[in-house]
Amino acid sequence: MKSFKILKAPDEALKEILLSLFELNKIKGVFALSRINSDNYGYALITDKTLIRDIAPTIPLMPANAAKSISRLTMVESLKSPIAVVLRPCELRALFELVKLEQARLDNMIFISFTCGGVFPTRIMKDGLHDKLEKYWENIKTGENLEDLRESCRICEHFVPDNADIILNLVGENNISHETTVLLKSEKGEKLLTDKINKFVEIDLESEKLRSCINKRTEVKSKIYGAFETEKFGVDGLTRFFGRCINCHACSKACPVCYCKLCFFESAENEYNPSTLETMLNNRGALRLPVDTIFYHLGRLIHVGITCVGCGMCSDACPTDIPVSRIFSKAGERVQQLFEYVPGRNIDEKIPIATFQDTELTEVEH
Amino acid sequence: MADNSTPRIIGFLCKWCSYAGADLAGVSRLKMPASMIPIRFMCSSRVDPLFVLKVFLGGADGVLIAGCHPGDCHYQTGNYYTRRRFALTQKIFEELGLETNRIRLSWISASEGQRFVNVITEFTENLKKIGTNPVKEEIFL
Repeated sequence: MKSFKILKAPDEALKEILLSLFELNKIKGVFALSRINSDNYGYALITDKTLIRDIAPTIPLMPANAAKSISRLTMVESLKSPIAVVLRPCELRALFELVKLEQARLDNMIFISFTCGGVFPTRIMKDGLHDKLEKYWENIKTGENLEDLRESCRICEHFVPDNADIILNLVGENNISHETTVLLKSEKGEKLLTDKINKFVEIDLESEKLRSCINKRTEVKSKIYGAFETEKFGVDGLTRFFGRCINCHACSKACPVCYCKLCFFESAENEYNPSTLETMLNNRGALRLPVDTIFYHLGRLIHVGITCVGCGMCSDACPTDIPVSRIFSKAGERVQQLFEYVPGRNIDEKIPIATFQDTELTEVEH
Repeated sequence: MADNSTPRIIGFLCKWCSYAGADLAGVSRLKMPASMIPIRFMCSSRVDPLFVLKVFLGGADGVLIAGCHPGDCHYQTGNYYTRRRFALTQKIFEELGLETNRIRLSWISASEGQRFVNVITEFTENLKKIGTNPVKEEIFL
């Protein structure tokens, strides 16, 4: 695919591209992770081009999953004017899933993404992120895995954004501090920048380093999954794993693909009146309050497991530090394999439970 | 109250086929274990996996989902979706070490009273072999 180099660090290079798109009147706004103040970052939709100086899309943080925010913006109708959306690969995949679920629209959007080196837990904003950054960028050059990244990032094998229009290559680039490779992945991306840039180099987004980075992450993944023997859990194991759950539902609020407006678990149906609780108490001789935490997690797992992109927002949001995403990624991957489905891979692919074949799965019938 | 030696099965039956099949078994005076509590649905695809989970965690020894044979759904395609969703639920059960043989999907048509009896008898026998649902022992669920 066509590519060119900008002799600046990734964030600065991206600002240059975005400003030129603004000047050419090809975009009217930018949606990207932005610096709010010294140590805090959050997603912002910017239409004033002077404020582009504040964006910091490659800062290793994911304070919210962008897919959910985009869904809020486009749930009812498409964007009216073109906007450049800068997001991470898993956020783009989650957004594709939301489009399939009719929760978002992609019209008038240009997707810019990058080969992702992972993010830190959001909590790091509290302790100061900046002393960690130097090491982070050093590790990106070699594709090495940093210990204190989110677990879901350390095991992520889908960090190349196949569906973006424009891709910045970060992983495995040696001169990342002053040189950025920009790849035009789609026709849309090519059209946008061909007026501006006249010299392209044809390259492939396939390198020794990217491959070795995938291998490293696969290795970490099999190690973590291997030690995490869910198949031996049973109800007993589940009560131990989710034992600290305070039933706050933060994991479902943070999850990009857990989209129901009125969640069953927050509906009147799932409210227990004293007489129901009394029945439950009489059956078991004791009652744990809040009730039904296992029911909640299993229910959510069955509902969203098939579309789980493994972004790790759930673990990040958990106030009691339950590694929720570990169980969701692992079990999610299993059901996805059952239907040979990769969430967010292809926008035209239907979500397996929303389609069927006449002759299949006869082994589950008895 | 059923005694503890008979497993308790919650049956989610589709109105058009399986419930009618159960009815036929009844009016034909066929004998079967009194182990199932039927709940009637308009279609087997109305059975949200949450219902299965809810009764499973509530202490049911077995959960049966029954509907029309593939191709015979009153709503044309409902049971195909049921099958996919059931496969998914089963996979999650398997992955989390929950007993997959406590949940069962069967196709029983309105004319298959005898098949209904066979399904219930066989499922009950299997559940007797596995024993009661360990969920019941879990006090602080």
